[in-house]
Amino acid sequence: MDMSSLPKRVRKDFPILQREVHGKPLVYLDNAASAQKPLAVIEGQREYLSNYHANIHRGAHHLAQLATEAYEGGRRKIAEHIGAPHTEGIIFTSGSTDAINLVAQAWGRTNLQSGDTVLVTQMEHHANIVPWQMVCAERGAQVVPAAVLEDGTLDLDDFKRLLELHQPKMAAFVHASNTLGTINPVADLCTLAKAAGATTLVDGSQALPHLAIDVQAIGCDFYVATGHKAYGPTGIGFLYGKQAQLEAMPPWRGGGEMIKSVSFDGTTFNGLPHKFEAGTPHISGGIALGIAIDWINGIGTPAIAAHEQALVQHAHAALGTLKGLRIIGTAPHKVGVVSLVVDGLHPYDLGTLLDGQGIAVRTGHHCTEPLMQHLGLESGTLRISFAAYTTREEIDRTVIALDRAMQMLS
Amino acid sequence: MSASLITSRQNEIIEEFSLFDDWMDKYEHLIELGKDVPAIDDARKTDQHLIKGCQSRVWLAADETEDGTVLYSADSDAIITKGLVGLMVRVLSGAEAKAIAEADLHFLDAIGLHQHLSPTRSNGLASMVQQMRLYAATLAARRA
Repeated sequence: MDMSSLPKRVRKDFPILQREVHGKPLVYLDNAASAQKPLAVIEGQREYLSNYHANIHRGAHHLAQLATEAYEGGRRKIAEHIGAPHTEGIIFTSGSTDAINLVAQAWGRTNLQSGDTVLVTQMEHHANIVPWQMVCAERGAQVVPAAVLEDGTLDLDDFKRLLELHQPKMAAFVHASNTLGTINPVADLCTLAKAAGATTLVDGSQALPHLAIDVQAIGCDFYVATGHKAYGPTGIGFLYGKQAQLEAMPPWRGGGEMIKSVSFDGTTFNGLPHKFEAGTPHISGGIALGIAIDWINGIGTPAIAAHEQALVQHAHAALGTLKGLRIIGTAPHKVGVVSLVVDGLHPYDLGTLLDGQGIAVRTGHHCTEPLMQHLGLESGTLRISFAAYTTREEIDRTVIALDRAMQMLS
Repeated sequence: MSASLITSRQNEIIEEFSLFDDWMDKYEHLIELGKDVPAIDDARKTDQHLIKGCQSRVWLAADETEDGTVLYSADSDAIITKGLVGLMVRVLSGAEAKAIAEADLHFLDAIGLHQHLSPTRSNGLASMVQQMRLYAATLAARRA
């Protein structure tokens, strides 16, 4: 397929892309923070809310049945999309952060002992650091990061060295970095970690919108992702876990939905996946995330990945023409994320001046402070990030706007 | 007296910015102002005077004078923030503590830059204005 035709085909699905910002056509390049929503997702939520809303799993009536079927349909679509062997292995959460906290608490409090290690990497989002720090503080365990090389790839030797040195109980790492774009060789990392006796968790927040995912090929024990970066709604995401792991884990939150029977003499818990889904869930979110995944599959992850790969190459080349600009993260395998800094200029100033020209980007440390410290970037970076609807012309406009901003500031 | 001083300084800024209807021209002016701002003494650019925003850092120092007014000096590592910080100092510095604490700061709204005061902008400006007022209010209460 001609890659430049992909945005032409899909842009009409996104009503928001028609709007202007500060009198200029919107160029939305903050997709790694959150992607825009296709009409099917918007309409799917509206349809549920206006036609068949009811609480799920319990109701003895028609609407409850329709809502339950649609919500569980969302779960099934996620399971199929990531190659999970059982639908019950998909736990709905509010997002990746919530999913990692679930594992850190339910798995961590059972499995981590004093002196144990959780191995992460220096490129992790705070969501894959802080939950581990919290449970490790409680259990007397430690969190140790594997180094990142100058070009933004993971230092595999350091990863292996730390596996050998600490024999970690858990190795938790990102599939694709939200700051650098680096795609990690997660299947290899899981093989190495497993051989060292570690349980593995992969943070797929930035992979779900861009890449084909097969959790069985990756070989991880846990895989987490969030919906809103993958064209779905906010407030919904999932945890995939191997059945044996999930079965062995105690529930984390107590309440309705997660119980089999309750009495003051003792409560017995529901089976998977409901054991981990206390309370009324984000029903419209679960339904709409399923629709978002349908939307992605309607295009196909290979086409999306190829399109974004071409955009990254184009952006690297076009940005390279600006004097004093440095791209942060030049790993050979990247998702549609390009971080940059300009000598002597603050990313916040550059981002503000791009906003003034209708271009939405993110500036700062992108919730990866340890990585920024490691790279010596105290003020963070300016990050542009792509989606299926991003065009080459938008990147060209951004380069011109950035050039203007740089001239204004120097 | 001091309240009208704050008002007239705000009006002056509003008039100054009314020359620009384009966003980028406004920012151009803000950048020029940022370059002109007499920065805070390097000796005072310490953690004690640092207001930690999420992205750009802002330093603020306040001094009381014998006649009950407050002198501010401030700086930022981002130039647009520095321009905004400079506007705040220009409006409030040298006014009476009580007038600062009670000031109705409407000029950012009027010049269309109010979004920089929103906490989500994470530029430290909102916290800085809070600090300026807090210092003035404490001083005014002590003198009352």
